[in-house]
Amino acid sequence: MMNLLGAATALFPIQMTSKSSVFARVVKVISDNPDEFLTALGQHVFNLVLIPVLLAIVVAVPLGILATRHAVLEKVFLTIVNILQTIPSLALLTLLIVLGLGIGTRPAIVALFLYSLLPILRNTVVGIKNVDPFLKEAALGMGMTGWQRLRMIEMPLAFSVIMGGIRTAAVICIGTGTLAAYIGAGGLGQFIVRGLNFFREELLLVGAVPSALLALLTDYLLGRFERKVTPRGLAIGDRPGHQQ
Amino acid sequence: MIQFENVCKHYGSNVVVDRLNLDVEQGNLVTLIGASGCGKTTTLKMVNRIIEPTSGKIIVNGENVLKQDPVQLRRGIGYVIQQIGLFPNMTISENITVVGQLLGWSKSRMLSRAEELLSLVDMEPAIYMNRYPNELSGGQQQRIGVLRALAADPETILMDEPFGALDPITRDQLQNEFKNLQTQLHKTILFVTHDMDEALKMADTIVLMRDGKLVQAASPEDMLRNPADDYVVNFIGLDRTLRSPDEVLVEESMIPDPVTIEINRGLAEGLERMRKRRVDSLLVVSHDKILSGIVTIKDLQQNLAKGGRIGDVMSKDPTTIHIGNTVREAVLEMARTGVGYLPVIDDHNKLKGLITRASLVNVLSDVLWSNPEAQPEGSASDRAKEVQVR
Repeated sequence: MMNLLGAATALFPIQMTSKSSVFARVVKVISDNPDEFLTALGQHVFNLVLIPVLLAIVVAVPLGILATRHAVLEKVFLTIVNILQTIPSLALLTLLIVLGLGIGTRPAIVALFLYSLLPILRNTVVGIKNVDPFLKEAALGMGMTGWQRLRMIEMPLAFSVIMGGIRTAAVICIGTGTLAAYIGAGGLGQFIVRGLNFFREELLLVGAVPSALLALLTDYLLGRFERKVTPRGLAIGDRPGHQQ
Repeated sequence: MIQFENVCKHYGSNVVVDRLNLDVEQGNLVTLIGASGCGKTTTLKMVNRIIEPTSGKIIVNGENVLKQDPVQLRRGIGYVIQQIGLFPNMTISENITVVGQLLGWSKSRMLSRAEELLSLVDMEPAIYMNRYPNELSGGQQQRIGVLRALAADPETILMDEPFGALDPITRDQLQNEFKNLQTQLHKTILFVTHDMDEALKMADTIVLMRDGKLVQAASPEDMLRNPADDYVVNFIGLDRTLRSPDEVLVEESMIPDPVTIEINRGLAEGLERMRKRRVDSLLVVSHDKILSGIVTIKDLQQNLAKGGRIGDVMSKDPTTIHIGNTVREAVLEMARTGVGYLPVIDDHNKLKGLITRASLVNVLSDVLWSNPEAQPEGSASDRAKEVQVR
């Protein structure tokens, strides 16, 4: 926290080489301050993406499964997460501070966790509900218990849809996570905030460009992961386990 | 053995199955047939409690299904659905032995069972074991669907329009295969279909349902010979019921639109029409489709050089038969005169159709089929043997 201003000055040496290209200046800022950049990147990835998304998976997937078992729960859960999603990010962050979570990483994690709930919960519900009803009936007719149907049929077939929700959540966290710098949670947003404060274009881009690249890379890697763990039978042709 | 005792299923005030009483004997294949909404599928699904009956008793192998744990019950009953329902995330071998897996079979037992069953339907285990369902054709998939139902060797099997989603040729193949399989395995099978041909082919007993009630339960031959009422006759289709040639009228077995030519046309045109329609004779008509004669390819070729009109070369007053006559009369007439075909006319000499030897075959084969003693070799004779055995 203390280094916020200090770092800003460190990153803000009075050398207005404004003739060189923006790109070159961005690279220079990063190469001049590799530790600070990597720390911010690490904070972004772990505190602002990995932790909130993992927490959201742990909460939203079971809730989503529960929602597919009871129509009332589905309505309640989806309404709640939908409302959460409509609260503007800065307002939510502020609200959490007011609610006593203080400033720093903690309220940021909570806020990003709440944002991650919707895509994961919704996709879990949709993924399971869209499993071909005839497969569910076949599973029932074979003598599978509810738990076996979930484990052997519904979850494997809903997997790619749920993964889609997780990818969305991760990308939301990377983007929204840049705002967490305003409440002292660190991350790549720090550079953006500072860049805005000091009217330093290259500083702003040091935050913005890596965040954007991180979002693209995350989406790509999660996509790769998804294809890798999808059973071969589901990967061939279009997805047979789902209704058109 | 499956017994239904006074089984009812209501959805609110809607009665789907109404006081059904039915016994499916051990080793028999019973088809439930009827129009959609007649309650046949509901009846089937009540046996493994996919649908719970409102009242009544269903007894499978001496035990009331309603008194059993539904999960255990279902593991003991084979189940095949129309939509096949193979699990796309499992290999063929895993699909086949899924019930075995639920029953806690060892890996090696499941593998050898899958191999054994694949060989039973002539699908090379080495090729298919590790494939996935969507790498197979529809017909192969449903073979696996059937094997899956057989895997844990259940006494009872439920089949819900199992071949309904297949193309006609594949359907016919699978029906034959399954019928062969059944003669080896002697399972007790309840089989829903809406296809009368399938029911006639597969069933030991056909159960026709209407509005949730049993209309008639009889062997295929019995149902064809002695339909219980007009609804049954209608459902079977008049052309399938077994009638003697004294009852079938010529208009039922004639070709309704034979190839004709107008009396004033040229000979070359006559030849051209024969070539196009691949026939060797034409019925000659005047305007208003009044039959005037018959012209053969020989008549035309012999007179082609001379020229002229069709009317000049045709043979007049062909042997004909009136509508309203029976097929027996047509056959006798053909035998008496030695002709291969008879134009069918009405009282005003208007052409109505044509009886040929080929068009008589359908009718006659039904007649022969109904008379086992007069039956030569062939699939129909197999059916006849079953009648005698029963």
